[in-house]
Amino acid sequence: MDTPLLEIVDLHVAFGGTEVVHGVSLQVQPGERVAVVGESGSGKSTTAHAIMGLLPGNGRVTSGRILLRGEDVTHADEARLLRLRGREVGLVPQDPMSNLNPVTRIGKQVAETLVVHGLAHRRDAAARAIEILAEAGLPEPARRARQYPHEFSGGMRQRALIAIALACRPQLLVADEPTSALDVTVQQQILDRLEALTHELGTALLLVTHDLGLAADRADRVVVMSEGRVVETGPTAEVLTKPQHEYTQRLVAAAPSLSAARAVAPAVATEPKPPVLALEGVSKDYRIRGRGGVLRAVDDVSFEVRRGRTTAIVGESGSGKTTVTRMVLGLVPVTGGTIRLDGDDIVGMRGARMRAARRAMQPVFQDPYGSLDPTFSVERLIGEPLRIFKVGDKAGRAGRVRELLDHVALPATVAQRYPNELSGGQRQRVAIARALALDPQLVVCDEAVSALDVIVQDQILRLLRTLQDDLGLSYLFVSHDLAVVREIAHDIVVMREGRAVEQGATEQVLDQPSAEYTRQLLDAVPGRAAAERPLFSGG
Amino acid sequence: MARYLIDRLWQSALTLVLASIVVFLGVRALPGDPALAMAGEEADPATLAAVRAQLGLDEPLPVQYLQFVGKALGGDLGRSTRTGTPVIDMIGATLPVTVQLAVYAMLIAVLAGMAGGVLAAVYRGRWPEWLANGFSLTALSVPTFWLGILAVVYLAVQLGWFPASGYVSPLENPLRAIYYLTLPAAILGLSHAAVVQRQTRSSMVGALTADYVRTARAKGLGRATVVFRYGLRNSLIVVTTVIGLQLGGLIAGAVVTERIFTLPGIGKLTLDSVFTRDYPVIQAVVLVITASYILINLLVDVLYTLVDPRIRVSGRAS
Amino acid sequence: MTTLAVPAPVRWRALQKLARNPMGLVGAILLLIVVVAGVFAPWLAPYPPAEVHFATPFQQPATVGFALGTDDLGRDVLSRVLHGTRASLQVGFLSVLLAVVVGVPLGLVAGYWHRLDAIVSRLTDLMLAFPFLVLAVGLAAINGGGIGNAAVALGIANIPTMIRIVRAETLRLKDTDFVLAATAMDAGPVRILGQHILPNAISAIIVQATVIMPAAVLGEAVLSFLGLGIQPPAPSLGIMLSDAQQFLFRTLWPGVFPGIAIAVICLGFNLFGDALRDALDPKTVSEGH
Repeated sequence: MDTPLLEIVDLHVAFGGTEVVHGVSLQVQPGERVAVVGESGSGKSTTAHAIMGLLPGNGRVTSGRILLRGEDVTHADEARLLRLRGREVGLVPQDPMSNLNPVTRIGKQVAETLVVHGLAHRRDAAARAIEILAEAGLPEPARRARQYPHEFSGGMRQRALIAIALACRPQLLVADEPTSALDVTVQQQILDRLEALTHELGTALLLVTHDLGLAADRADRVVVMSEGRVVETGPTAEVLTKPQHEYTQRLVAAAPSLSAARAVAPAVATEPKPPVLALEGVSKDYRIRGRGGVLRAVDDVSFEVRRGRTTAIVGESGSGKTTVTRMVLGLVPVTGGTIRLDGDDIVGMRGARMRAARRAMQPVFQDPYGSLDPTFSVERLIGEPLRIFKVGDKAGRAGRVRELLDHVALPATVAQRYPNELSGGQRQRVAIARALALDPQLVVCDEAVSALDVIVQDQILRLLRTLQDDLGLSYLFVSHDLAVVREIAHDIVVMREGRAVEQGATEQVLDQPSAEYTRQLLDAVPGRAAAERPLFSGG
Repeated sequence: MARYLIDRLWQSALTLVLASIVVFLGVRALPGDPALAMAGEEADPATLAAVRAQLGLDEPLPVQYLQFVGKALGGDLGRSTRTGTPVIDMIGATLPVTVQLAVYAMLIAVLAGMAGGVLAAVYRGRWPEWLANGFSLTALSVPTFWLGILAVVYLAVQLGWFPASGYVSPLENPLRAIYYLTLPAAILGLSHAAVVQRQTRSSMVGALTADYVRTARAKGLGRATVVFRYGLRNSLIVVTTVIGLQLGGLIAGAVVTERIFTLPGIGKLTLDSVFTRDYPVIQAVVLVITASYILINLLVDVLYTLVDPRIRVSGRAS
Repeated sequence: MTTLAVPAPVRWRALQKLARNPMGLVGAILLLIVVVAGVFAPWLAPYPPAEVHFATPFQQPATVGFALGTDDLGRDVLSRVLHGTRASLQVGFLSVLLAVVVGVPLGLVAGYWHRLDAIVSRLTDLMLAFPFLVLAVGLAAINGGGIGNAAVALGIANIPTMIRIVRAETLRLKDTDFVLAATAMDAGPVRILGQHILPNAISAIIVQATVIMPAAVLGEAVLSFLGLGIQPPAPSLGIMLSDAQQFLFRTLWPGVFPGIAIAVICLGFNLFGDALRDALDPKTVSEGH
């Protein structure tokens, strides 16, 4: 048996007095691709950073060993670590914007690592940096090298970070959620490029991710972590198709998948009732400050949301899907077209009529930490719409709040708590309860589950479906995630750069897409390749 | 960047105009006859009539204002009621002294402050940080003019290390000029050094714990490199802003310092003129100080663009 | 359903954090001493502050009858320091009041309505163009000095920073999802500003107030030292220092105690203010994970 490239033996990491990693062991062979999968708080990121001695703040390895090619580097001195970092082990960090120095040019940031490790002198370093940026797939590398990070798009910044990490040809690349902030299609391109590069250079890859689909596509072996411990490990296909540990089973069952048998039932054939929401030829123009000209964020979009059903809008960043929700909710003025809520055109409505329209539709936003006022108690939060619309008296409102908490499966004691005491899933339930307070006809969910961990995401989606069945709610559900959309939507509208590129019933759009872009999107969904395999049923 | 600078330019111009209007109206707000105020209590009727005509008190207010501005731009700021000298000459004689004092003090403040701040940030949790923090807290809490008085008593009079008062022009003798100005500048700059130090320390700590520093370390860059190339450079932006904000206090401090060390600067001129009710001088001094203040702020903004490439390249602040 | 862990809202956690900060506690104690001294000065002072005793000038501290000694006119230093502290606190408090009453509403308005922002920003620039000393000089020229002038000059000097801070907070909070949600519920600007934005901006406002106080106290001392602030015979720490300067060679003591008093007041506010800022820092007080 060859010495593994990286071996972690019974690692314990603590921050101050609190231990967060409890005895983690894993191995990476030379040239191998290993994914470390887990939800937030599982310790996967901490473990990855410990390898290079880059634990933040007061993090410390309290026991265990980290072996690089058999050499114990757990408590290596600064000099050894400086040689290791960048040269033997490279790091691709998570957030591309905050991980690049905002006041230094990109080319220089790449060149720095070459110079520090003595692989190039000042003058050659600049030229070499341009070559490396080209390798990472950055277009116009010579021009881009002279620019600053804020002039790059998210995908370009991530490529720059990959270039920096691979510049000195390390033998191991640690990638910490390298693409979670990016659009699906960009993610695919970048990961493809990364795969090609690491294969060509013979670099081993340790991929930290929360996305099972990504692990399925890009890793040979998978290590599943939960609450600071390794729960299961093995070849990817095996672990994901026949999970042994109870947590892994739950994780696999909850992961949204394109082949899930949990797709919602197709719509009943005859629907004579008028739709709850109907958009026709809706457009939104923004004036560009300074240079003049107009940005058409939404261009001639038309679709319907039928009563008691869910219509999903799917698109990447810049597609205009969020702008559509803002227009529907009356938060942003509409440039052209009509939006009919229950037959009445709400475009340009003001005063009492707008108020009445607002009562009939309520939002649930993406960020569970940002959509609830931290100075309001849960009771006050859920009761706010009731107070604004002067529904009932104090006692009546309190009763209604209890009723709503019950609907979203939260105990009545939550009413006295404040948002910062609740978990992400609990907060999102509160947001849903608030949205239901006025008995709206339409609930607009803007990426309502995108910021949640996989298992919690699954719970919230189930809740939304239950509420739809019980209360006859209609949903306008916006998401970038096709797999999630499959689990909740009856109809789909695919948007790209302001236009509706394709729309129709879910199964039709997902199984027999007619537009090229839809096909690209489907192709880019992580886990798609794995999903095709008959054994991967996803529960 | 051009757009940013143009914006700042016209904003400064507008502020300058508004400020001059306020000063102009201020004199008109004096109780009693403005002409009497500007001419002095002892003026004879002839002078009074002349001043009245000069002020154009019979004309409508906007015309008076334009006359005032016209004359000011031409260098005519009136005559002192006490000595009769043209105010512009008095200011010309005293302003350079104050400017030298202020610049020297700011220099001391920035150098000492940044050094202290870097030390405190790099040696976090250890004794240099405690020392630096203790110093800055003291400098911010203790009235520096009090320290100034004590400094004059001990360092100057009893120990004789520095001169207790007086001023030498750098045009006559540069080294002696600096010697005479050192103690006053140090006292004046003390509290500002403390502010610069705290800001430097906190923004360096912020920069040193930023994500991009982790990337830098992941590349294999050593500690010193990271501190200076990343931490300090990124802190310059914040420090530049702080310097701009400190200027108001610097002017007030200069007036006090000039009083303690008997320096013939514009501060002394201002105080004397208030107590002798020399209104032409008061008006001119207020105008000049305010105008310089606006100008300096504009210069700081220009400096800002040199330090922060985000403004330089895209024209918009981060 | 998982049970909930820590049962404490944000304010509680901040208070706990504050209590655990030793420097903050020192600051709080100093402030307590100072406030008690200032508020109860008329009862604590053994003599009226302006009462002269020509027979006993320049007494050393710990002389019988004069705990901290006397000045050149035989006035009791302790009584004058107590009353001077009271005056300093009054001016400081008035400055903070002015800054809050004028600055907070203007800041809210400027942050919320883009069109009004331009007007308010120009107003702020104008106020910033006049350093507080220049304002004091101008006001003294018109009115002749006094505690009112000092308070107004210092207040105006501190309004711009308060406006800027509240404006920045308003701009930041205006974009949050919870304000968006409130708008979707048809909440009007008054409700949003009063119930959502202002309560979330309170921490920043309070922290700024703890910065204004020592600045105002020092400013008042400077002004009365120069003769532009509180006029004699009313007691002021600055005037005491100015008087003492002339007789520094006879005795140091009348100049020491007012300086110490000012330092204690400012130190108290600075320490407490720093601790408060750390405790209210959103990065350390917020979310569960």
